[in-house]
Amino acid sequence: MRRLLIICVALALAGAAVFLVLTRPATLPAAELAELDGLSGDATRGETVFWAGGCASCHAAPEAEGDDLLVLTGGERLASPFGTFIAPNISPDPTHGIGDWTRADLANALTRGTDPAGRHLYPAFPYTSYIHMELQDIADLDTFLRTLPADATPNEPHEISFPFTIRRGLGLWNMLYLTEDWAIPGDLPEARTRGRYLVEGPGHCSECHTPRGPIGGLERGQWLTGAENPTGDGRIPGLTPGQLDWSAEDIAYYLETGFTPDFDSAGGHMAKVVTNLSHLAPEDRAAIAAYLKALPAQ
Amino acid sequence: MKSILFSAAIAAMSLTAAPVIANEAAMAARHGEMRLLAHSLGVLGGMAKGQIEYDKLRAEVAADTLVAVTSIDQSMLWPEGTETGTMEGSSAKPEIWGDKADFTAKWEDLHKAAQTMKTAAGEGQQAIGAAMGDVGGACSACHKVYRVSKN
Repeated sequence: MRRLLIICVALALAGAAVFLVLTRPATLPAAELAELDGLSGDATRGETVFWAGGCASCHAAPEAEGDDLLVLTGGERLASPFGTFIAPNISPDPTHGIGDWTRADLANALTRGTDPAGRHLYPAFPYTSYIHMELQDIADLDTFLRTLPADATPNEPHEISFPFTIRRGLGLWNMLYLTEDWAIPGDLPEARTRGRYLVEGPGHCSECHTPRGPIGGLERGQWLTGAENPTGDGRIPGLTPGQLDWSAEDIAYYLETGFTPDFDSAGGHMAKVVTNLSHLAPEDRAAIAAYLKALPAQ
Repeated sequence: MKSILFSAAIAAMSLTAAPVIANEAAMAARHGEMRLLAHSLGVLGGMAKGQIEYDKLRAEVAADTLVAVTSIDQSMLWPEGTETGTMEGSSAKPEIWGDKADFTAKWEDLHKAAQTMKTAAGEGQQAIGAAMGDVGGACSACHKVYRVSKN
């Protein structure tokens, strides 16, 4: 009897140890962190990364417009089947924002979903897309973010319940869903390569436009085919050529001005995306359109 | 007795029906405004994109239409009870009635953008393209908060 008890305890301890090892928050490999450290960041290029990444959509105050989009107070509420996540303050305030983060801290958060304290961030923050970001873009973004105004708005706790309150479990989720692989693999022509980077990486389009499975992972086999809107406000449209028959020119124009080919205009969260993408170079919007036009038809 | 009841029922129906019909007319008028805007923007946007050849007169007529439509006083067009969920076919979010001042300010922003377009329309394709950005921004600023998504 005693022996059985010892075996049970030993097995439980072993199981816990395996869980802890498997779910350990990851960081970028040392070689990449060293390379990142050696780069010089450029704030002007970083501003483009900022708009391409859509940071302001969630991290500016919910109703912010114009210059207020550069005050990253947080506060946007993101509804999900697991509860409501509230975007944190990422302004350079050292107490309430991320002013005391190093460049490596930012890189680990963006590409691995790990914060400087070594905790998992929730994938409401799209590190599953940002994992594709180039180190130079991260260095530039870091430099740009430091030029923005500090703001002392305190963070609000996420409105989620057990078991989702246990961040450690996200390590298992990451094993399933965090990948450096492109959804559309292989060598692509130049414009589409840039488009893939913008769409699958910083632009994080798939986070809303690809359906999710029961535990919130993207169904990569149904890439950009549209999804339920977690806010309940309509359905998020599919972007594959079979679903979106706009010309590449029309898509690029929509991303610049918000006008559809019928001259209706973007609403909802997409209006924010258009505001962001209007800051990009015309070639970048054309690259996004080229990538979308070449998606597998649905 | 029966006929009194019947008349009362008819009277009650017409009392409730009248505002519904008036509300539907208000919604139809709003949709008409949007269609007029979309039609003119189709001309100007087509020129901006290079799909329609620039024609000064057509551009100015289209811009004048934008200015005219956005000059219309909105106070009679948004009666309560015409929000989405209450009225079929409405995409108007209830938030409109929560902050009428902001809603009106956003309509006035569109009017200002239309006036910018009026100047641009006389200048050429490039100026129209830039002004389309302002108009698009004004459209989206309102749709972002006050219109439900269609898809």
